[in-house]
Amino acid sequence: MKKLSLYKALIYVAFIILSITVLVPVAWVILASFKQNFEFYGNPWSLPVGLYFQNFSEAFKTAKMGEYMLSSVVVTALALALILVISLPAAYCLSRFAFWGNSVLNAFFMAGLFINVNYIVVPIFLMLRDGDNVLKEIFGSGFLLNNLFVLALVYAATALPFTIYLLSSYFAGLPHDFEEAAYIDGAGYFETMVKIMFPLAKPSIITVILFNFLSFWNEYIISMTLLSKAGGPRTLPVGLMNLMQGQQAKAQYGIMYAGLVLVMLPTLILYILVQKKLTEGMTVGGVKG
Amino acid sequence: MNAVKRKNLFVLLCVAPATALFFIFMLYPTFSVFRMSFFERGAYSNKESYVAFENFKVLLFDERFIRAAQNTIFLIVAVTVFTMSLALLFAFFLTRDRVFGGNFFRVVFYIPNILSVVVISGVFSAIYDAENGLLNSFLSVFGKKITVLWKGEDTVIYSLIIALVWQAVGYYMVMYMASMSAVPKSMYESASLDGASRFSEFFNITLPLIWTNLRTTLTFFIISTINMAFLFVKAMTSGGPNGASEVVLSFMYNQKDDGLYGYSMAAGVLIFIFSFLLSFAVNRVTKRRVLQF
Repeated sequence: MKKLSLYKALIYVAFIILSITVLVPVAWVILASFKQNFEFYGNPWSLPVGLYFQNFSEAFKTAKMGEYMLSSVVVTALALALILVISLPAAYCLSRFAFWGNSVLNAFFMAGLFINVNYIVVPIFLMLRDGDNVLKEIFGSGFLLNNLFVLALVYAATALPFTIYLLSSYFAGLPHDFEEAAYIDGAGYFETMVKIMFPLAKPSIITVILFNFLSFWNEYIISMTLLSKAGGPRTLPVGLMNLMQGQQAKAQYGIMYAGLVLVMLPTLILYILVQKKLTEGMTVGGVKG
Repeated sequence: MNAVKRKNLFVLLCVAPATALFFIFMLYPTFSVFRMSFFERGAYSNKESYVAFENFKVLLFDERFIRAAQNTIFLIVAVTVFTMSLALLFAFFLTRDRVFGGNFFRVVFYIPNILSVVVISGVFSAIYDAENGLLNSFLSVFGKKITVLWKGEDTVIYSLIIALVWQAVGYYMVMYMASMSAVPKSMYESASLDGASRFSEFFNITLPLIWTNLRTTLTFFIISTINMAFLFVKAMTSGGPNGASEVVLSFMYNQKDDGLYGYSMAAGVLIFIFSFLLSFAVNRVTKRRVLQF
């Protein structure tokens, strides 16, 4: 028994140390966003002398974080709407209807799970730039690059394999009685799908929304590549990265940490609200890519 | 319109948008990666000329690429070993023993997974800062003042490993907790009656029984580490100092910035093939008879 309690103590020490390494830096960043610039040259462990909210207003105005935040909200909302409208009917049909080409399409989407967007971001960029050049010749200006809607469309497209995989496996597990009953009552295919089947799939839809929200909100490689025009629109993480990389020269620590908090806060709040759903949802689809 | 036609039309309308998007933004670009690696392309015009394996030949003798490949392999091995062992051990402790506050630990360890890589880079630059960083000032408590350059040429790769492990442990821990909780309690009870230690319980009961799940996650983890390493490098170090933290994907991305598209895609093809071969090999090596319980 004595041995077991020593072993338990060791576990606790390990757990507490790891928790500290997670919680302390996150809390430190939040506190640092309220510090004035001179405070960053002293002891890093000192608490802020006051709540210097000016960092946030400066971040919003001079560093344009307010504008970037709006772009991020627009892109994330658009991409979420697109992915739901596009992937729900597709996943429903792929998992519950026998039709010509079904298994081939399913195999394609499964293979898509292994295509990571980091590999294909350059060809996507070139494809859009070539498209812009063609448009320039015809209309005088291109609109594919530096366009928030196109960015949202690319987000939705690259999230398709994971989303369809997760939704399909959920739909496949539902009994067929629901549809049969609906058809007998005279409902059409579309009506049955939207009114009967989608509500039944609510748990998996919530999981899909959560995971895709996090990945769209946090994404920065595609965004950085497709929104590259100087003075053009930016999403929040890219704006923050530019601020961080410019920060060494200008030493605007306070504004930088305020920007960091702006990117982090929505995800943290969401996590606190739904952490149980999120960690349970992980196992719905088995693995995330 | 008859019933079969109506059904077909419905299916077509449902599946077509997803299929179109998938082909345009995923399959075609993937195909392009492979095709473009055999071409040279102007930086601003879309004129291409076929160069066969020239891009690959140059690549294999490019010292920056070789360094990036070495870094990538080192990162894959180190991050996989540390993350997997920590995640498995923590998950085992949390499911096997009634740890007081276990739920709290689970919630906290998962936090890094929901943060943007850009945010994590910001957090770690506060930690690693040589002058006023959290790590150096913490270490200085034990005596003399320490000013290690955590992002210096010799240390940067280890600093990256720590950040990558920090980010991934919680996610995989939660994943393994789910599969470990399916292991029947009676197994552990009979084992402890036979006098088995926790140590042997872990290796003789838990690991074999979650092996299938472990194999799948391992394959995914290797692929995802290649990607995460790129995201971290791009936001945290930009490959520096002096290429010390360059990985293959960031090398690829930088070539694109220089307008060397064919060359960039050749690097992409190599890492793509490498990641597939590696996951295939891991899958084969870890193959065991599936145990039922």
